[in-house]
Amino acid sequence: MLTVSGLHLWRGDRHVLRGVSFTAGPGQCVLLTGKNGAGKTTLLRAIAGLLDPEEGQVSWRDAPARRSRDVFHAELAYLGHEPPLKGDLSARENLKYSIGIRRGVTREEIDGALTRTGATDFSDRSVRMLSAGQRRRVALAGVLLTGAVLWLLDEPTTNLDADGQRLVADLIDEQVSHGGIVVAAVHHAMTLDAGNVVNLELGST
Amino acid sequence: MKASAVAVARLVVARDLRLAFRKPSQLLQPLLFFMIVATLFPLTLTPELSRLRDAAPGVLWIGALLSSLLALEFLFRDDAQDGTLEQFALSGQSLTWMLFAKTCTHWLLSGLPLALSAPVAALALGVPAEAMGSMVASLALGGFALSLLGAISAGLTLGARRGGVLLSLLTLPLSVPVLVFGADATQRAIAGAAIAPPMYMLGALAVLGVTLAPLAAAAAVRIGLE
Amino acid sequence: MNWTWFHRLGSPPHVYGFAERWAPWIGGVAALAIVVALYGGLVLAPEDYQQKDAFRMVYVHAPSAWLSLMAYSTMAVAAAVGLIWRMKVAHSAAAACAPIGAWFTVAALGTGMLWGKPMWGTYWVWDPRLTSELLLLFLYIGYMGLRAAIEDPQKADKASAVFAIVGVVNVPIIKFSVNWWNSLHQEATVMRMGKPTMNGDMLWPLLLMFVGFSLYFAAVVLIRLRAELLRRERSASWVREAVA
Repeated sequence: MLTVSGLHLWRGDRHVLRGVSFTAGPGQCVLLTGKNGAGKTTLLRAIAGLLDPEEGQVSWRDAPARRSRDVFHAELAYLGHEPPLKGDLSARENLKYSIGIRRGVTREEIDGALTRTGATDFSDRSVRMLSAGQRRRVALAGVLLTGAVLWLLDEPTTNLDADGQRLVADLIDEQVSHGGIVVAAVHHAMTLDAGNVVNLELGST
Repeated sequence: MKASAVAVARLVVARDLRLAFRKPSQLLQPLLFFMIVATLFPLTLTPELSRLRDAAPGVLWIGALLSSLLALEFLFRDDAQDGTLEQFALSGQSLTWMLFAKTCTHWLLSGLPLALSAPVAALALGVPAEAMGSMVASLALGGFALSLLGAISAGLTLGARRGGVLLSLLTLPLSVPVLVFGADATQRAIAGAAIAPPMYMLGALAVLGVTLAPLAAAAAVRIGLE
Repeated sequence: MNWTWFHRLGSPPHVYGFAERWAPWIGGVAALAIVVALYGGLVLAPEDYQQKDAFRMVYVHAPSAWLSLMAYSTMAVAAAVGLIWRMKVAHSAAAACAPIGAWFTVAALGTGMLWGKPMWGTYWVWDPRLTSELLLLFLYIGYMGLRAAIEDPQKADKASAVFAIVGVVNVPIIKFSVNWWNSLHQEATVMRMGKPTMNGDMLWPLLLMFVGFSLYFAAVVLIRLRAELLRRERSASWVREAVA
């Protein structure tokens, strides 16, 4: 359902994406690997529509993603390097607002997601006082709450301990087994149960 | 069930208000700045109230403008830094609408308090008590137009070096119409004349701002997120 | 309708070739027009009975002011084309217009000040036209400042394009408000830098100057555009051939 064809993108003078193409259907996970600066983040942002490629196209459900941007965004969850959380609000408040602008969400759903990602213990403290790993768990709860079909994750295991990394693998497995699609930039290989894992290496060719 | 536009606006406003009240010093600084600026003018001009009265419209409006430039710093900066703006752009909802909601909240937290506390500075500049109501009304309406206008330059300078100075440079020429009509309204209020003509113009500017500024601000923000 | 000509406008080597061929010709005609017009205005035209010879400043002041506005509009249109059709060449054209337009504004202000001195004894008057020109200069400086402050060239193009469009919408509003402000203070003897009533002998050099200045603007934009295209596309193959 997600098709990336011939994506070329320049950042200033640097030719970062050189004709990237791949397809990902329901139940598939694409792992992007490559050195720092290879373009993993750039590719994820280009797919999300935050960056405009000079050439090439991103298609969602056989239609160009640019044209039906709002519909596309409603079906996608993007998690960047830094969890998008406000320091002065608690985890629960953060999720109430950030998910609430997408869809109506109940307190029970928020509690459920926080429990799933092991963030219940610190869900009422100011995010400012949480460690980086704890913040990432809250952000992962946010991804779950979007209920999105397509997940774009940029190094989702950053700052997480071994338990946390297993959690991310489990979440991806569940998403994929429910027919969702995951495109994730990772630094080291992840052990995923799901059979449909495609590795895409980016880098200077 | 995608969130409705009303729900989106309600949440955006609620979040910004809650955040503002958890860090109230940010709200007070532009107000204090306005008061200080209003104090500097008599010190550099004259202590005679009758002469200060002539300069009062200019002092009040320039002070309000500079104060609003300071306040614009907190419109988008935090949201840009922690990724909230990015989430807005990816939410599947209208970025224009969300930025309009943010701008209105910003005015509630900066422009409106300034208009309401301006009588304090105005008294010190010799403005007669009868003129206060009209003056507050003009500052409130003009402040709203300035917030809308400032949202555009705030969006444009998101990714720029030394954005604060540039933001002022971009906003000042564009705010001349608001200044002209606003100062005229204050001038007329002091003289006891009807303030309707300049107020209508301010209103027209505000309406124009409401229709066009959030669109431009959304375009600017999307460019800044690249 | 055949849109090939429009799409060719988006191709840097094509536009570069066009500019290379036409700039000298346009420049030449511009120089000719300006020289003739200057002769007509400074020498041939009779002196104004009110302002005597001082009125001749209009031959440089009025076209400069008009061009400063036209340059801004051209810049905004090019920027809009660049944003909507995502043409890099259009963004380059907008960038090329800005410094020239700014200089026209400075020229208008300068000649306005030189005109004011013999007329009313002061170098500056808050005449509505001069005031609007001053604000327009600030808009130009803001545009160029915004471009310079953003590192990424594509972002700089797009952000300054939005500002140019916002500016062009605001310019009529600013002018209107400045006129409003000016009309409020009639008790001060407001000097209007109006064109004196002109008869035919005075008028044709002025019109010719407008034409000359416009052509000059076009020529300089084309030259700057060439340089801009070379700089942006320096790694492309057509540049190596063009410069060889």
